[in-house]
Amino acid sequence: MLTEEERREIEEEIKHFDYKQAASVDALKIVQKHRGWVSDESIKDIAELIEMSPAELDGVATFYNLIYRKPVGKHVILLCDSVSCWVMGCDRMREHFTKRLGIDFGETSEDNEYTLLPMQCLGTCDHAPAMMIDETLHRDLDEEKIDGILESYEG
Amino acid sequence: MSEPTGEKPLTKNINLNETPFDLKQYENAGGYQAVRKAITEMAPDDVTGVVKDANLRGRGGAGFPTGMKWSFVPMGDRAPKRKYLVANADEMEPGTFKDRLLLEGNPHQFIEGMILAAYAIQADVAYIFLRWAYKKAEALLGKAIAEAYDAGYLGKKILGSSYNLELYLHTSAGRYICGEETALMNALEGKRPIPRTKPPFPQTSGLWGKPTIVQNVETLCNVPHIVANGAEWYKSLSYSGNGGTKLFGASGKIKRPAIWELPLGTPMREVLEEHAGGMQDGLKFRGVLPGGASTDFLVEEHLDLPMDYEPVMEAGSRLGTGTMVILDDKTCPVGMIRNLELFFMRESCGFCTPCRDGIPWTYRLLDAIESGDGKDEDLENLEFIVNTITRMLGRTFCAFAPGAIEPLQSGLKYFREDFEQHIREKRCPYAS
Repeated sequence: MLTEEERREIEEEIKHFDYKQAASVDALKIVQKHRGWVSDESIKDIAELIEMSPAELDGVATFYNLIYRKPVGKHVILLCDSVSCWVMGCDRMREHFTKRLGIDFGETSEDNEYTLLPMQCLGTCDHAPAMMIDETLHRDLDEEKIDGILESYEG
Repeated sequence: MSEPTGEKPLTKNINLNETPFDLKQYENAGGYQAVRKAITEMAPDDVTGVVKDANLRGRGGAGFPTGMKWSFVPMGDRAPKRKYLVANADEMEPGTFKDRLLLEGNPHQFIEGMILAAYAIQADVAYIFLRWAYKKAEALLGKAIAEAYDAGYLGKKILGSSYNLELYLHTSAGRYICGEETALMNALEGKRPIPRTKPPFPQTSGLWGKPTIVQNVETLCNVPHIVANGAEWYKSLSYSGNGGTKLFGASGKIKRPAIWELPLGTPMREVLEEHAGGMQDGLKFRGVLPGGASTDFLVEEHLDLPMDYEPVMEAGSRLGTGTMVILDDKTCPVGMIRNLELFFMRESCGFCTPCRDGIPWTYRLLDAIESGDGKDEDLENLEFIVNTITRMLGRTFCAFAPGAIEPLQSGLKYFREDFEQHIREKRCPYAS
């Protein structure tokens, strides 16, 4: 069941379009914002509200790398591994995360604190390597800086 | 070639150390005068006309003439009742970071460009298609749109005229292919964002089958200046017949990676040596992707090329987004190309065979070579893939696969010896 709040937010987005289906990505993002991820049950509930088949909506949901169809950790680390960040050493950053948190791309730490995912070029190539943690951008990364950032999340 | 005037219209009011202009500050700097001029003094066709005369070409990568694109939209009483303008703010081409600067640095300039483009084609609804990751831009645009509505530049009866325009900000959820204009339209319609077949072209049948123009952020930001100052002024900004300045950028192991607004046709050497400060100490220049991940490598012999559409094309690459990624002599070209193909493999929508099957095959071959498991025939197979996809140019739903093999085909040409050495020595010679 969608909550009243979710339903209200989705209906607000539907107003921007002539067709309800156009709000599919917004609806998925709204549910994910409240629940952290999008379950099969949520797919069915959203599909009904925006008049799509659940299968078609799932096709949309699974297309996008930022819609999570399984639970993720409390914080999602989106490490850019596109070309400028690769030249500037993002592979080393990835290894550092694996060493520190015991997770590689696509994995969630045992304490459920972090999920590590690869991210498309973040458009901040003059400050590579870069990443986002949740909605915050971090740039000019090195191992030491990553340690400091992680400590700020642990506090 | 005439000497450009040196003006920098796009970035003159951008200072990233301060909050960008709010509506009042933007108006005080002459902002929204172009919208006022267009809506009160110019017919829609006149706006298209001046953009056409200015020789503005699209800044998103393909370089299509902007005014010509707008002129394909049906106009007049018999035109369809709904028309759309979409701003493509889905900047995700690896190595590209120019639209972020414009969105975060001067959101009202961008919105003014959208209003002018929408007026020119008489669109009644406009969408900004913004990538998820641009959180700062999302917040700034939300505020700027609200200010523009309050001031009467958006909404019903704009500036007392009969023209109405609703503008909505749509934030996406990732995936590079959404920047392809027909995939973007499917994304906005809430469908699985795979590209559509062309024709029909979006100008006549786009969003929900209605006439639609999709335009890159930088392209739109040029429009207020063209309308305000005229076509001749705009042409005087560049070294060539293509009008205007261009945001050029450079990243990689150079001294000062950044974005610079420079005349179109500025020599690549000037960008890399003067503005970027040359290579980091101890490193040598080896090659450059001149306009993002999906452009062919250029090398030392091309450094004096003017950064403009035709010269870069004639050298076998593309101006693309104008943001260069530099390869230095201590970075493995095979590893770099493997990284590029990993990106393309992940981002392929999987709809056409060359992309869905060709790029993962490419990646596996490159991974084997880079890891020391390469065989002589792997190079032949890479050539086969390049030739096959090149032959299919124009026969795939979109330009993704042809773009994906551009750095590979040029890499095989310019860095052949590196590939062979990897295979011969069964290791990456750059690995420490």
